[in-house]
Amino acid sequence: MSVTVSMTVNGKAISAEVEARTLLVQLLRDELELTGTHVGCDTSQCGACVVHVDGKSIKSCTVLAAQCDGAEVTTIEALATGDTLHPMQEAFRTNHGLQCGFCTPGMVMSALDLVANNPDPSESEVRDWLEGNICRCTGYHNIVKSILDGAKAMRS
Amino acid sequence: MHEHAIGLPVTRKEDFRFLTGHGTYTDDINRPNQVYAYILRSPHAHAAIKSIDTSAASAAPGVIAIFTGADWDAGGVPCGWQVNSKDGSPMNEPPHYPLCKDRVRHVGDQVALVIAESLPQAKDAAELIVVDYEELPVVIDMEKAIAGDSNLVWDEAPNNLCYDWEIGDEAEIDAAIAGAAQVAEVEIVNNRLIANAVEPRAAIGEYARGTGQYTLHTTSQNPHVIRLLMGAFVLQLPEHKLRVVAPDVGGGFGSKIFHYAEEALVTWAAPKVGRPIKWTAERNESFISDAHGRDHVTRGKLALDADGNFVAMKISTIANMGAYLSTFSTCVPTYLYATLLAGNYTTPQIHCNVRAVFTNTVPVDAYRGAGRPEATYVVERLVNEASRITGIDPVEIRRRNYIKADQFPYQTPVALMYDIGNYEPTMSKAIAAADYAGFEARRAEAAQRGMLRGIGVASYIEACGIAPSQVVGSLGARAGLYECAKVRVHPTGSVTVFTGSHAHGQGHETTFSQIVADRLGIPFENVDIVHGDTDKIPFGMGTYGSRSLAVGGSAIYNAIDKIIAKATVIAAHLLEASEQDVEFVDGQFRVAGTDKTLGLGDVSLAAYVPHNFPEELEPGLEEQAFYDPANFTYPAGTHICELEIDPDTGEVEIVSFVAADDFGRIINPMIVDGQVHGGLAQGIGQALLEGCVYDQDGQLLTGSYMDYTMPRADNLPAFQVETSVTECTHNPLGVKGCGEAGAIGAPAATMNAILNALSPLGITDLAMPATPHRIWQAIRSATPAAAAE
Ligand code: FES
Ligand code: FES
Repeated sequence: MSVTVSMTVNGKAISAEVEARTLLVQLLRDELELTGTHVGCDTSQCGACVVHVDGKSIKSCTVLAAQCDGAEVTTIEALATGDTLHPMQEAFRTNHGLQCGFCTPGMVMSALDLVANNPDPSESEVRDWLEGNICRCTGYHNIVKSILDGAKAMRS
Repeated sequence: MHEHAIGLPVTRKEDFRFLTGHGTYTDDINRPNQVYAYILRSPHAHAAIKSIDTSAASAAPGVIAIFTGADWDAGGVPCGWQVNSKDGSPMNEPPHYPLCKDRVRHVGDQVALVIAESLPQAKDAAELIVVDYEELPVVIDMEKAIAGDSNLVWDEAPNNLCYDWEIGDEAEIDAAIAGAAQVAEVEIVNNRLIANAVEPRAAIGEYARGTGQYTLHTTSQNPHVIRLLMGAFVLQLPEHKLRVVAPDVGGGFGSKIFHYAEEALVTWAAPKVGRPIKWTAERNESFISDAHGRDHVTRGKLALDADGNFVAMKISTIANMGAYLSTFSTCVPTYLYATLLAGNYTTPQIHCNVRAVFTNTVPVDAYRGAGRPEATYVVERLVNEASRITGIDPVEIRRRNYIKADQFPYQTPVALMYDIGNYEPTMSKAIAAADYAGFEARRAEAAQRGMLRGIGVASYIEACGIAPSQVVGSLGARAGLYECAKVRVHPTGSVTVFTGSHAHGQGHETTFSQIVADRLGIPFENVDIVHGDTDKIPFGMGTYGSRSLAVGGSAIYNAIDKIIAKATVIAAHLLEASEQDVEFVDGQFRVAGTDKTLGLGDVSLAAYVPHNFPEELEPGLEEQAFYDPANFTYPAGTHICELEIDPDTGEVEIVSFVAADDFGRIINPMIVDGQVHGGLAQGIGQALLEGCVYDQDGQLLTGSYMDYTMPRADNLPAFQVETSVTECTHNPLGVKGCGEAGAIGAPAATMNAILNALSPLGITDLAMPATPHRIWQAIRSATPAAAAE
């Protein structure tokens, strides 16, 4: 069974005909070629697929595209302005908050949701918040530093 | 100084694309007209395949082809390392076909390849395949597998034995142990782990009918090795007709070194269906198809004289191979493990026996550190046990037995020749950073809060930069282990470097660019590093065992030497000077003692526009080097873990973790710190959280992220990383390797800390992973009063 879904993705109105079982992440990656959002698991554990739907971070592997009909979706591709990185992206770059880069889009999108709700988080609040994001490369040390630094940059 | 000079924490070139979602990982690639593969895997650990009925599945919507073992007409996936038993007989090496022919041997074994227009259609069709299995007895436990009366994974491998290997003279060492003042003994399990790179494996196979050219895009740490193994052994294709590309790769940690069945399957099937075929693992599939790591059972003895000096060590290990021999599996518990049992110490005599065994489990192979973490864990648990029975402080007993700085080069009794080392200053840094002296006060304070506090020390050495071809060849490797680099200076002076190393998170594009920019005196931005494509790079052995900088970086260094030599000849011609008078300084060719200079760009332009070249001067400026190192490199260090255990719950909090390492010369300290952090997380993960659990039927109980505990941000502390520098003596950069250190030192440091915390209760042994449940149980059984409550 196929359904038609319409939504705004990174500020652009899109409409697509997809199978009803299509996940949001599949729509983003396969139909819209927004491959910055990654899939690292099939149990909603890793967070590589985090995007924003109506301003909130969600795991795009866990929601059907059809459920997002009419929604406003933001992915990692929308954050930088031309060659200028978003302050959170910049903080990851300067703090070496990424290695292979696979978890990184999910980490950044997740971090932005944290900062939206808690502009000045403590180190332990950042560590707690990252419960749903797995990184195998960095040991989180520099990710935590990056998020604290990115939050600071966003406050000023 | 150059702003991107060697030694500076230059931020990474590769980050812009990764941070903006513009990386290109294998699953991001879609080829025109591609179709999708789904692999039907065995639900049984051991069964005979009586029949397979694919008729209903073949008729399902979207299905293009279904292949089973009966269709497989090519070779088996090879093992890359021959290990002989101590009696000289070759290892037992059963075939490993990408599709099972008559029997499945572990849960996850490949039974059928389903190819359809879409992945959901392929999965739907796979559900319709009817396989008639006759279940066979399963063998999971290694000790039972080898015990003699067991079920067999391979009829041709009696006692499930792959090989029975040894190093050292057993009789001599038995005598030394018998005459010793004291003997420390341990029995330990090195728990089976899964690498779990966050990017699952993927592969896209293509065939161009017009040219007969095959292309494989794959998540690999070493595309040339995949081309060699798949081309020469599995599909028997000439190399020039096979291109292997490993684009951006989302972590590897060893699990992407190996040549896997799925790569062969999509490449083999591509001409049969006439379309590109894409396969991407789901995570639950990764758990049962990526090679696992570690999995040793070991008994060890360390004999001491009356002064606490180590006199002899005897180790007996059973190493799990799983059901098949993966690419490097056989060398991990022998040449990468037993040869490291001298550790940082002057133990004069060592014997090690390793029995490799088949079980009905996923194949086991190299995982971050590969053999060295297992060796370090054995040695450092033994050293701590020696400290306990002698009453000599853990730091003091290590210091007393360290190889001293003036004893290098040092020949160990287990074959390695350490070129250089200076362990004492590195340990001193760790002790100072951890405030080792202040620990007892902190323990007393914690006790007042009802907490058990412990501190654990572990020193380690590793052999990395694997390795001289001559040595690995004499040890049974079926390949050479050098590295290749090609440096192309373009007409206007920008540079492309083609390296046989492969990056999957290590930041090579940045580190290698620093080397080039520094040596050629050109802007860092003017250097591009190309890796991961067999059509572009002359050859390569890939990235694992911390070899990229020491071996790959040295190849780049040598190729640059050749560039400078050639450019000097051209510059001399252009400057009308004699070659001997031209020097290359800060990117300028200068006639010594004059102000006549030429930039690299001027020289390279002339090299490509050689209008006035004499006949003997060859145009162009491109050079290539194959670098085969003279020895391994030997990074070493000391890690100290301090933690608290809540005796009511068994929960562990790591209060501080110090890693002090000697990696030789550092090219980019920011990247080195990051490598250490990542390794520590995996080492602490092994000690506290991670581990595979199979039930007796061979089902993997920890088969997803729901059940296999991955370290998360709130399980780990902030790390303190210290470095000291003793430059490697035999590579031109003076570098060692840093990628695995954390995973090597951390398990022993963490477990020593746990046992130290539990020592007031008389607990002297605990298995990894030291989960809250395990610790709580140990506490309950050690304290009858608590247990009775
Ligand atoms: S892919 Fe969505 S949580 Fe792992
Ligand atoms: S950077 Fe590789 S998984 Fe996080």
